Amino acid sequence: MIIVKNRILFFCITGALVLASIVSTLVFGLKLSTDFTGGTLVEVTYPNGRPSVSDVSSALDQVGFKGYSLRAAGDKDYIMRSPELSADQRTALPLVLSMGSTTEANITQYTQVGPTIGTELRRKAFISISFVLLCILLFIAFAFRKVSQPVSSWVYGLIALVTLLHDVIVPVGFFAALGHFAGAEVDTLFVTAVLTVLGFSVHDTIVVFDRVRENLAINKERGRKEPFEETAGRALNQTFVRSVNTSLTVLLTLLILFFFGPASTHWFALTLLVGIIAGTYSSIALATPLLVVSERWFAKQTKKK
Amino acid sequence: MQGTTARRLAALAVLLIGTGIGYFVYWSEGHDFRPFKLGLDLSGGTQLVYKADLSQLPGADAADSLAALRDTIERRVNLFGVSEPLVQTEHVSAAISGTAEDRLIVELPGITDTQKAIALIGETPVLEFRMLKEGADLSKATASTTVDQMFAPAIITGKDLASSELQFQGQGVQEAVVVLHFNSHGAAVFADTTKKNVGKVFGIFLDGQLISSPVIREVIPDGTAVISGNFAPEVAKELARNLNYGALPVPIELQYTQTVSGTLGAAAVQDGIMAALWGVAAVVLFMLIWYRLPGLIAGVALLIYIVVTLALFQLIPVTMTAAGIAAFILSVGMAVDANVLIFERMKEEMRSGKNISEAIHDGFGRAWPSIRDSNISSMITAVILFWFGTSLIKGFALVFGLGVLVSMLTAISVSRTFLFALGLRSKTNVSRFLFGSGTRL
Repeated sequence: MIIVKNRILFFCITGALVLASIVSTLVFGLKLSTDFTGGTLVEVTYPNGRPSVSDVSSALDQVGFKGYSLRAAGDKDYIMRSPELSADQRTALPLVLSMGSTTEANITQYTQVGPTIGTELRRKAFISISFVLLCILLFIAFAFRKVSQPVSSWVYGLIALVTLLHDVIVPVGFFAALGHFAGAEVDTLFVTAVLTVLGFSVHDTIVVFDRVRENLAINKERGRKEPFEETAGRALNQTFVRSVNTSLTVLLTLLILFFFGPASTHWFALTLLVGIIAGTYSSIALATPLLVVSERWFAKQTKKK
Repeated sequence: MQGTTARRLAALAVLLIGTGIGYFVYWSEGHDFRPFKLGLDLSGGTQLVYKADLSQLPGADAADSLAALRDTIERRVNLFGVSEPLVQTEHVSAAISGTAEDRLIVELPGITDTQKAIALIGETPVLEFRMLKEGADLSKATASTTVDQMFAPAIITGKDLASSELQFQGQGVQEAVVVLHFNSHGAAVFADTTKKNVGKVFGIFLDGQLISSPVIREVIPDGTAVISGNFAPEVAKELARNLNYGALPVPIELQYTQTVSGTLGAAAVQDGIMAALWGVAAVVLFMLIWYRLPGLIAGVALLIYIVVTLALFQLIPVTMTAAGIAAFILSVGMAVDANVLIFERMKEEMRSGKNISEAIHDGFGRAWPSIRDSNISSMITAVILFWFGTSLIKGFALVFGLGVLVSMLTAISVSRTFLFALGLRSKTNVSRFLFGSGTRL
């Protein structure tokens, strides 16, 4: 199998990808949405064309709104972010945004998040992602418990974990760039997308590992001696079309969701798209090669003894 | 052949059942019998999350008070004619949010005026009876004295109130007062307290403000109390009415507000349906082109998967959100995964010289462990997502989890039934072509 043979090359590609994602995250930073930071988010649409940013700003300034930001969205919308609004400000808002009823303005979305809820969601996001990773590690170690030769089932689990880390880092880096260039923000849906990618990517990895498991069993049954590299390479070959095809059907649906789906799941679909491409790539070009490398390492260790 | 006939009958039955379920989904949506339940982001409406301050209450009372809180708010929301409101409490443990918190979640479909919604809930008064602390002197209170410094924790709260009425008392110039009638628990507590504390002062608080601080002159066994706060008659009348709708046992504080307009929701539904239709068409087409005859069967299995999940969404019912629709569309792409695994395996078996029937049989058998293991990992993710989520994300997790489960069943059992029903066992060129795939002829 070409990927197993040229694994050094693929490790380099993967390394570059991960490095680029990390640099992107560090340089651009992740923009947290109101969900996580607390505060107010208002989406207002002007059916008859929107006034300029400075007009809306001065209207808001006049009645004492402070610390807000306005960003144009779509053709007719503004998205306004501000610290928590008081009851009076909330009441005044529709009138202010319609420039004192001179133009039609509809508030299509209003979200206000208190600080404790924001903190809680942040914590919950970290706990969930860590918990998913832990559960998957345990599950794979359990599911592959009967395969302990030549590498223990824990190694399968750990490698799955490493590929999953790759699958988290890549969409995060992508999203940081997306945030910088297109104003996308990390919200609960983003966390949902990351968790879904984890579930999907481990799907792929398990299918390849399962084939390795089966090939090992067949070899043992038939008393055939074969280098592990070839057994694993064959498994990759056998599952390659399936991995690509399954990802293709999912990518098809995601592309459609991105182009035709609801506006609120726009970034969500894009995150999933990137994550699933990364996940498919990693389960083919990272998981099995890593398995081969660790087998070699373990073999050397036993020889030393 | 007997076996084939039975298998064909089974396949026909599956088709009929599938069509029946599909018709049920269509019919029930048209006839308002268990139609799809739309989340606030699709139907339009407001969600409010309050923090309930139970810090002043002992443990056993806290649970009661929380239930009373929910009932009172529910009653009030119903009064305003909101259709299908949702009022529920939620406990957040300290491990997650830093400090343990009890919350009240109120969902008001159709109410898209945030301020109105907040005002609607905010009119509910908070009622507390608190004893003046030993040695505390109300006349010495300054602006900086807090209520908690002067008064002991509440003995009677809104949860103990049964009803209230407006009365006029006194000779000559009559004063408007509000008479409270306690429920049996409240009456017992009030009788006991007044018996033990004759001569002492207690405070009646509304929304945290001291309204009056009468001295207990005698035991009050019948469970009534009077609030006299020099009210104007209109104020007293409104207070009595508001108290009649119920009073809150503890103060609540708004933590989270979300309002989505109906038009935005309707657009999301429209887009979601379009995306789902195109998604299904694209997946079916892909399967048909790549896997030919088995691909067609996978397409039929996919359609059956779709009607079964949609029927489940209606029957359970699952609240559909934009994220839920996304999960459903995603699940359509993932549902064929089991079929792809099986078909790839079938091809391999055929290449190794087995005939079609054997290849189908072994293809299913050998693909099963990876289908099982990979789906379990998806289920783990779905469960954790359900825990993580706010109500919108919970919709995603539920749809995703259900989708994984149902698709595993349909992709395996339905496509198996159909493949065997075909009864193909020859090695003719035609069946070779039909079971071939990709670019190979």
